[in-house]
Amino acid sequence: MNWHAIRAIYGFEMARTRRTLMQSIASPVISTSLYFVVFGSAIGSRMVEIDGISYGAFIIPGLIMLSLLNESISNASFGIYFPRFSGTIYEVLSAPVSPMEIVMGYVGAAASKSVILGVLILLTARLFVDYHIAHPVWMLTFLVTTALTFSLFGFIIGIWADGFEKLQIVPMMLVTPLTFLGGSFYSINMLPPLWQTITLFNPVVYLISAFRWSFYGVADVAVEVSIIAILGFLLACLVGIYWIFRTGYRLKE
Amino acid sequence: MTGIIEVNGLNKVYRGGFEALRNVDLSIRQGEIFALLGPNGAGKTTLISIVCGIVTPSSGQVLADGHDIITDYRAARAKIGLVPQELTTDAFESVWNTVSFSRGLFGKPRNDAHIEKVLRDLSLWDKRDSRILELSGGMKRRVMIAKALSHEPQILFLDEPTAGVDVELRRDMWAMVSGLREAGVTIILTTHYIEEAEAMADRIGVIRRGELILVEDKTALMDKLGQKELRLQLSEPLATLPAAIAQPGLVLSDDGYRLTYTYDSHSEQGSVAALLRQLGEHGIEFTDLQSRQSSLEDIFVSLVHEEAA
Repeated sequence: MNWHAIRAIYGFEMARTRRTLMQSIASPVISTSLYFVVFGSAIGSRMVEIDGISYGAFIIPGLIMLSLLNESISNASFGIYFPRFSGTIYEVLSAPVSPMEIVMGYVGAAASKSVILGVLILLTARLFVDYHIAHPVWMLTFLVTTALTFSLFGFIIGIWADGFEKLQIVPMMLVTPLTFLGGSFYSINMLPPLWQTITLFNPVVYLISAFRWSFYGVADVAVEVSIIAILGFLLACLVGIYWIFRTGYRLKE
Repeated sequence: MTGIIEVNGLNKVYRGGFEALRNVDLSIRQGEIFALLGPNGAGKTTLISIVCGIVTPSSGQVLADGHDIITDYRAARAKIGLVPQELTTDAFESVWNTVSFSRGLFGKPRNDAHIEKVLRDLSLWDKRDSRILELSGGMKRRVMIAKALSHEPQILFLDEPTAGVDVELRRDMWAMVSGLREAGVTIILTTHYIEEAEAMADRIGVIRRGELILVEDKTALMDKLGQKELRLQLSEPLATLPAAIAQPGLVLSDDGYRLTYTYDSHSEQGSVAALLRQLGEHGIEFTDLQSRQSSLEDIFVSLVHEEAA
């Protein structure tokens, strides 16, 4: 294992975060805080409790997931796309590093940033809303696993994209709508039966449901089912990355 | 003797069917400077990219210091440094960080003293904290070289290293390459500046349309293929060349004032002496005499044209 290379890639990516602190960390924390102010404090105080949880506290897991998914994808996709765009990828491809080490460096950094961001949002939420965490170990496990899985997904997008527009398409056109419709702001039990069934095809439902369970012990979907769905997506991403390096797709001629 | 790089039966066909390399066999000797010459699109960069792991070969085998570049890629790549043709840099990073990153990427532990030496050797020490986007093109080229040298490679590929750099930097690079060779580094360079190959290389390879058409010691090549030219400025114009002195390679200019004699360097003494004697016998006097030897550039152009014909 080339640990020096993994550390070099990881450190390089984390240094980029430090250079762009406003964009990487401050901006998503501020925008999520606005959600807490509007939906948690202002509107939330006039809304009824859901599953015995105040509305402001109810939306915390969903809002963290919203940022976590978008930032994991953005960080990882940009991290690998930019060297491809600028041409500096030649150095990674010509170095004595295995595909796994490359992924560990880039995806590890992207996931780290997302976890840091998730924790910061969680801490910021405390300023606006009271909440408790029923299963902190599970909460951290879901946080890290989701950050890792969607960073892998972002890595795949960064390889697939052949322009900056495509980097934005998936987070904006797919992940954000799926997160909003995945029970971030409501329990899917509040939907009519037909829409409840349709919603179950949204993979983000399982992430939010499991994450909310780790906070309040209540879930839209059985936690075991959510865990299987999360691991299934993780496996699918790993298979995708294995295929990319095996074929050299958009990396090597 | 086995070379530090052994290329055997290498082929590359890109998607779309373009045949970039055709059955290339090449052996690079340890410690030499090997210049790979060829017109644009001949396959030079493809060959380098395959050896360095950036492009996948269609068939054939490449060994770097005895290590297969596919099956034993870690050991092979750890020995190789690459300075690519394009100026591709991490624009927002500092010089120090980007060079240190390269060292780590190639599996070497942190060594600030070595990075400092590399930066000082390339006159980059004063710029170590500058962001790369603030540097001139020549300085960025130096950064690319520093990155390639950061992990102390035994084999260094320089793909058009002096393209677009000023004369001073080019001379600096030549000196640096000579220093690396003295330190035992094997250097393979491609260049459009034939004078660069002429000044530095021990051996020359010429590649054309994916085929390696010649590999030769530089001096032997120039000796074997080099031609000399003798120009005589005549005192009085000649209407035609007298039949007695007419011979292959001897041409009279249109105005009749200049005789140009092109001859093989091996037959220099005899043929020139004979020609001058014949001119004297026919009362043809000259006011000036010039001779020149064909350069590597002339040889390269004639080789490529000959093969293309």
